[in-house]
Amino acid sequence: MRQHHRARLTVLDVSVPSIATAPQQTRVRRRRRPSLAGYLFLLPWLAGFFGLTIGPALASLYLSFTNYDLIGAPQFVGLANYVRIMTADSKVADSVHVTLLYVAMSVPLKLGFALAIAMILNKGIMGLPIYRALFYLPSLLGASVAIATLWRRVFAGDGLLNHVLLQFGVVGPSWVSDPNTALYTLVALSVWQFGSPMIIFLAGLRQLPKDLYEAASLDGATPRQQFWRITLPILTPVIFFNMVVQTIDAFKAFTPAFIISGGSGGPINSTLFYTLYLYQEAFGYLRMGYASALAWLLVLAIVAVTAIAFVTERLWVHYDD
Amino acid sequence: MIDRAPRRPVYRSLGFHVVLCGASLIMLYPLLWMFASSVKPNAEIFESASLWPAHWNFTAYPRGWNGLQVSFGRFFWNSMVISVLSVCGNVLSCSLAAYAVSRLKFPGRNTCFALMLGTLMIPYQVTLVPQYILFLNLDWVNTWLPLVVPKFMAVDAFFIFLLTQFFRGLPRELDEAAVMDGCSPWRIYWNIILPLSVPALATAAIFTFIFTWDDFFGPLIYLSDIENFTVQLGLRGFLDSAGQSDWGAMFAMAVLTLLPVLALFLFFQRLLIEGIATTGIKR
Repeated sequence: MRQHHRARLTVLDVSVPSIATAPQQTRVRRRRRPSLAGYLFLLPWLAGFFGLTIGPALASLYLSFTNYDLIGAPQFVGLANYVRIMTADSKVADSVHVTLLYVAMSVPLKLGFALAIAMILNKGIMGLPIYRALFYLPSLLGASVAIATLWRRVFAGDGLLNHVLLQFGVVGPSWVSDPNTALYTLVALSVWQFGSPMIIFLAGLRQLPKDLYEAASLDGATPRQQFWRITLPILTPVIFFNMVVQTIDAFKAFTPAFIISGGSGGPINSTLFYTLYLYQEAFGYLRMGYASALAWLLVLAIVAVTAIAFVTERLWVHYDD
Repeated sequence: MIDRAPRRPVYRSLGFHVVLCGASLIMLYPLLWMFASSVKPNAEIFESASLWPAHWNFTAYPRGWNGLQVSFGRFFWNSMVISVLSVCGNVLSCSLAAYAVSRLKFPGRNTCFALMLGTLMIPYQVTLVPQYILFLNLDWVNTWLPLVVPKFMAVDAFFIFLLTQFFRGLPRELDEAAVMDGCSPWRIYWNIILPLSVPALATAAIFTFIFTWDDFFGPLIYLSDIENFTVQLGLRGFLDSAGQSDWGAMFAMAVLTLLPVLALFLFFQRLLIEGIATTGIKR
């Protein structure tokens, strides 16, 4: 279901097509056909848009004001679901806490690694395509159940990491089953997949104007000054894009937490992502109304975070125009 | 476009190579270890972090293949059918929609395009419950239909954008000349636009395949009968049952499920990397 929620570069530079001035007079007959054709070509999309997107979204808004267990009719309960989420459900508080921690740790680390490796790869070293492929590999494979199960083994008490640590005389804890460390294994899994933002950074770095650096060197700017004064400001639109996409994606992460905790969000709710809790409510307890309310609050949270990002954008993102 | 940049001689960038080799080794170590573990006896998996098995043992593969009451071959078949159908549906329906908004004129086109933009912002959790109820009432739950049919309805608006951008780059004179010759919009789409858009269609197809192959959530909620499981659900079933005691077999099957994605990457690396660099597609 991952495919439903990807914000994209294209989104940023898409221009809405302008209605071309309609051909006049004699071509009336001709115009009619293309216009009908347009709707025919759009038919599959229109069916999906109304039947699978807007219709269900409105239905879910209605269900969020009801109690519904798939048996019988939904019972209207007003704001009760929202009130319970806000005030009476400690698992919501736990899951919000876990999710925010996860977002706050994984996104900056991931982007940091992505930018650092992209900068090195951009030095014009040999073997760039090979390195790029190697660093991208975890991103390519990381969303699969195979990697999540591998992770569970790597961070188990008798797992790979502790074997390696033992070589250095360190006795590691059982990372996945210790509530103090379980979330960090998921953060590590996310950061490990820094390959795709790295590729986007790499494409951005290639666009940097060479003459600016030559001028700066002539004026005696150190590499460090060049990085802070030239590279970073020019890259801010790319950083912004990666940040928004990765943040929204982190809010919606599901599979790794599900596999690593065996679907429970444990130990002691320490990996109970908000999406995982929503899944438990909907498909574990069949509280469809309550789950719909949780879903709408997730939308509000994502909209709010995105809005904050775009409002603060002008404070630090430079577009040359 | 990606590979240019002044090269510097190896000796001057030795430090960078050391850092990069070290970093990639650390990153790839778990993957290599997983592969090595699939050909180690079980006892050795727990004993060593080595990438080289002390005793080669390939029995984990047949053990895993037959480790659940249904053979893994069945899961591979299911995943393959679902993924291939999804690719066909997605590429077809998204290219139809993209052709309409990029090359045809009709009232309401701008509105439709804006609505497509809008659906990109809607997270799947919002439509999840009503969609499930809908498919439940259609009696589609525990079949592949809920996973495949939506793909024929262009629900993944991102791919419409990807194709729209590409179609807009094709010269308009082509359509005009074809219209002069009496071509219908359908023939222009099928005989002119699609053949010229193979790279974009291939990018869309590859990403759709990988996303569908890796999808866990959709199969998790819609498929309950083990006969219908995809490889991702099969692996998870393994983890919950036999996997706890037989990690070798678990890893063997995990390696197999990664192979199709790896193969696509090997053959179409350029398309994948350029797809990410130019559109920001995730993964």
